[in-house]
Amino acid sequence: MNLVLCFATGCRGRALRSALSKVLFFAFVYDEIMISPERSPPRSSSQSPRSPSATPFLSISVTDPVKLGNGVQAYISYRVITKTNLPEFQGPEKIVIRRYSDFVWLHDRLAEKYKGIFIPPLPEKSAVEKFRFSVEFIEMRRQALDIFINRIASHPELKRSEDLRIFLQEDEETMDRARSLETGIFKKPSDLIQIFKDVQSKVSDVVLGKEKPVEETDPEYEKLKHYIFGLEEHLAETQKQAFRLVKRHRELSQSLADFGKAIKLLGVCEGDTLGKVFSELGSKSELLSIKLQKEAHNLLMNFEEPIKDYVRAVQSIKVTFADRANAFRQHCELAETTKLKEINLEKLNIMRSDKAREAEIEYRELKAESEQATRKFETIVRLMNEEIVRFQDQKTADMGLAFHQFAKGQAKLANDIADAWRSVLPKIEACSLNSQHD
Amino acid sequence: MEALTVASDGNGNGLLSTVPASFDGGDPLLHPPSPPDSPPISSSPRAVPEPDPMFSLFDPGETAGDDAVTAAVAPISPRPRDGPSRSGRSSTYEYSRITVTDPQKEQEMASSLVPGSGSYVTYLITTRIGSGPAEIRVRRRFKDVVALADRLADAYRGYFVPQRPDKSVVEGQVMHKQEFVEQRRTAIEKYLNRLAAHPVIGRSDELRLFLRMPGNLPLPASTNVVSRSDGTGSLPKQVFGETGGGNAVVASQGSTQPAKGGRDFMKIFRELKQSVTNDWGGTKPLVVEEDSEFLERKAKVQDLEQQLTTASKQAEALVKAQQDMGDTMGELGLTFVKLAKFEMENATYLSQRTRAAEIKEFATAALRTSRFYRESNTHAVKHLDTLHEYLGLMLAVHSAFSDRSSALLTVQTLMTDLSSLHAREEKLETSSIRFGDKSKLRRIEELKETIRITEDAKVCAIKEYEQIKVNNRYELERLDRERRDDFLVMLKGFVSNQVNYAEKIASVWANVAEETKPYARQSK
Repeated sequence: MNLVLCFATGCRGRALRSALSKVLFFAFVYDEIMISPERSPPRSSSQSPRSPSATPFLSISVTDPVKLGNGVQAYISYRVITKTNLPEFQGPEKIVIRRYSDFVWLHDRLAEKYKGIFIPPLPEKSAVEKFRFSVEFIEMRRQALDIFINRIASHPELKRSEDLRIFLQEDEETMDRARSLETGIFKKPSDLIQIFKDVQSKVSDVVLGKEKPVEETDPEYEKLKHYIFGLEEHLAETQKQAFRLVKRHRELSQSLADFGKAIKLLGVCEGDTLGKVFSELGSKSELLSIKLQKEAHNLLMNFEEPIKDYVRAVQSIKVTFADRANAFRQHCELAETTKLKEINLEKLNIMRSDKAREAEIEYRELKAESEQATRKFETIVRLMNEEIVRFQDQKTADMGLAFHQFAKGQAKLANDIADAWRSVLPKIEACSLNSQHD
Repeated sequence: MEALTVASDGNGNGLLSTVPASFDGGDPLLHPPSPPDSPPISSSPRAVPEPDPMFSLFDPGETAGDDAVTAAVAPISPRPRDGPSRSGRSSTYEYSRITVTDPQKEQEMASSLVPGSGSYVTYLITTRIGSGPAEIRVRRRFKDVVALADRLADAYRGYFVPQRPDKSVVEGQVMHKQEFVEQRRTAIEKYLNRLAAHPVIGRSDELRLFLRMPGNLPLPASTNVVSRSDGTGSLPKQVFGETGGGNAVVASQGSTQPAKGGRDFMKIFRELKQSVTNDWGGTKPLVVEEDSEFLERKAKVQDLEQQLTTASKQAEALVKAQQDMGDTMGELGLTFVKLAKFEMENATYLSQRTRAAEIKEFATAALRTSRFYRESNTHAVKHLDTLHEYLGLMLAVHSAFSDRSSALLTVQTLMTDLSSLHAREEKLETSSIRFGDKSKLRRIEELKETIRITEDAKVCAIKEYEQIKVNNRYELERLDRERRDDFLVMLKGFVSNQVNYAEKIASVWANVAEETKPYARQSK
């Protein structure tokens, strides 16, 4: 709880938002007692049937993206609405304004403090300047941030963190200061991706044992590592294909529109009845073009994005691998150093040297450190085992939902296509019958 | 000055009363026993209405350009048509199916200086006569095809004569000999079938000779001006040894003769002069195109051509987009298959196994969908090909229209000649009356002879022009009629196909949606 308030340079204020006016997109109830750690948190759910005051709940939504600032320094701010009856929070509802780098701050703080837990992943910072403010990108990011914060709020450990409370409750000035404190000492938000990449490669090195050969030899853990690395590759490939499929939908949409237009013009050359048929066909083609565009968007938000999220989750696990390896190494090193110190101490005791007392003090300190390191390592191992179960459950649910959205969208699209074309058939038949009477 | 408007009356009959329907004089040599009805209207003898018309019988392996085996469009009309393409009408004509196969390399007979050169490729052409199994086989080379095309262009001016395949490889395309031969083989096959499908050309002697005459074709490959310019009758008479007359005779079968003088140089020069006069001269030419109905139709055809170009292009783009969609769906499916396998192999938790099974279900659905897209596309390509066919026909239309305008130009030229000849005659006559010059009298006689000959030529040219006009009119009507039918068939086929496959795809995904429904409920 030691927030060192630092009036650092570069700290900027932000205009406070006026009263709310928007509808919440996602709201869910988190039932602290009911949900076990293995069960993946629902992304959105209805209110608990019991009266709100009885059941503790924490419901957060990220909404209402707004562009602020000018030129190069322009950014998007989001409204974060917290509804809760938990005593730690200031009242039943609180609204704060946050930006992407605030979320990054929260993520990094949690990653620092909760080693062993798979911290929910953040959406990427935009690589291409051009798309930073595109409607699609903003919506995807908003959705991802919403999922991020809710995952934290439904994690048995993470939801209790002080940093989460700060994030959800403190005013913007305090938030800014906290963030620039991090920035000053540790890292800039804009370097996150780079750091992430460094960590990733370091993780690979460490985990694959390229550095020091001080490594666990637990076969189960080996299997897990192998699995996670392989999974990342497969998922990257599926993400690529999913993205391509979105593109194909857009392309097909375009050619249906062009085709429809051309057919209509061709119909103008034809006679009355036939011309009408052409015109009808062209209109249907244009109609379907719009439907395909919609489905492309649906695929992007509800199929490709979940897959991307899956990839990010896997990358987060890899970070935990690195933490575990570091903890293991520390534990080993300290254990060894302690052992040496113990042996030395015994020697000193036998020799009745006056250095013995000093050595004893040092030894006890070292032993405490070593025990701490061992505990830290064991905590990580324990947490990881719980986390893996959560992860598998969550991912099965997430993918199940993604498949469902995909299938629903595709089925609807195909039905719309069938209906649209089918409606033209009677007109064609009528036209053919007519032509026989000529 | 003589001003003659060569307009057509309502029946499309100009100065001639030749009606296109009766082409011959009942000459048995010209008409083999197989009994075609009057071409454009009768029903196909082979077509049998079937309950599931468009999509069940398509075999993607069929050669393009001939859909004779496909079912008729039963539910709409009791007047069935074979398949989506125009060649379906060919079953009512003499030649029901022409296939071009078996390209073979042969050597020129004459020894050549460079060994290896002088080789060419021949193709086996198999023609089925009428509706029976009887077939005729001949071997032809591309030069023969070119010769056929040239002869048809001469004999059937004013008709929409299908364009022959290109002589040279398309620029910029690098092709192995094999690919080139294959491309050419297909093109020749399409071309011959189009010829056979034409109600007039399909019965022509030229085509018959080409398809049926065993051994090498007897005539020289290039269009022989000599054989025609002296006014001999049409092709078969020469082949069958009849001697032609010296005068220009209206040929049978509605074919036309070039005006006397064939392609001689002077004629070209004079016509060029005339066309310049037409374009730049202040005075109106003596004969003009006044058939407003024709001009209207011409404008319509030009408009049609423009829209066809766009529609044809967009149809291709649409087909490609659907193809791509199917391909990517397939690749997505494969990727998920691999993922499922990976998860299964590494499964340590129940949730993993469940997920692996679900991924597999999804992947299977994606692969099925991909297959449906591909199948649907194969049919769509065939249906939309009608657009490409009609676009190709526009070239033939252009050439028919230019036949007309060049015939008109010939008439104009001759009339201009005549009027200047008459003027000279008048001048000479007035001056000779005054002086009674013997040599002048002789010159007047010569002039009178020239005038007479030119008159004859003019009559011929006018007949030619009239015939071409008739042919144009006939073809335009045929174009409208057939186009309407063909487009309806195309639309029905295309739309039915889309509906059918969309339904199949919808059903696949509806199943998956149902299976994965619990996850949606969970997340709510």
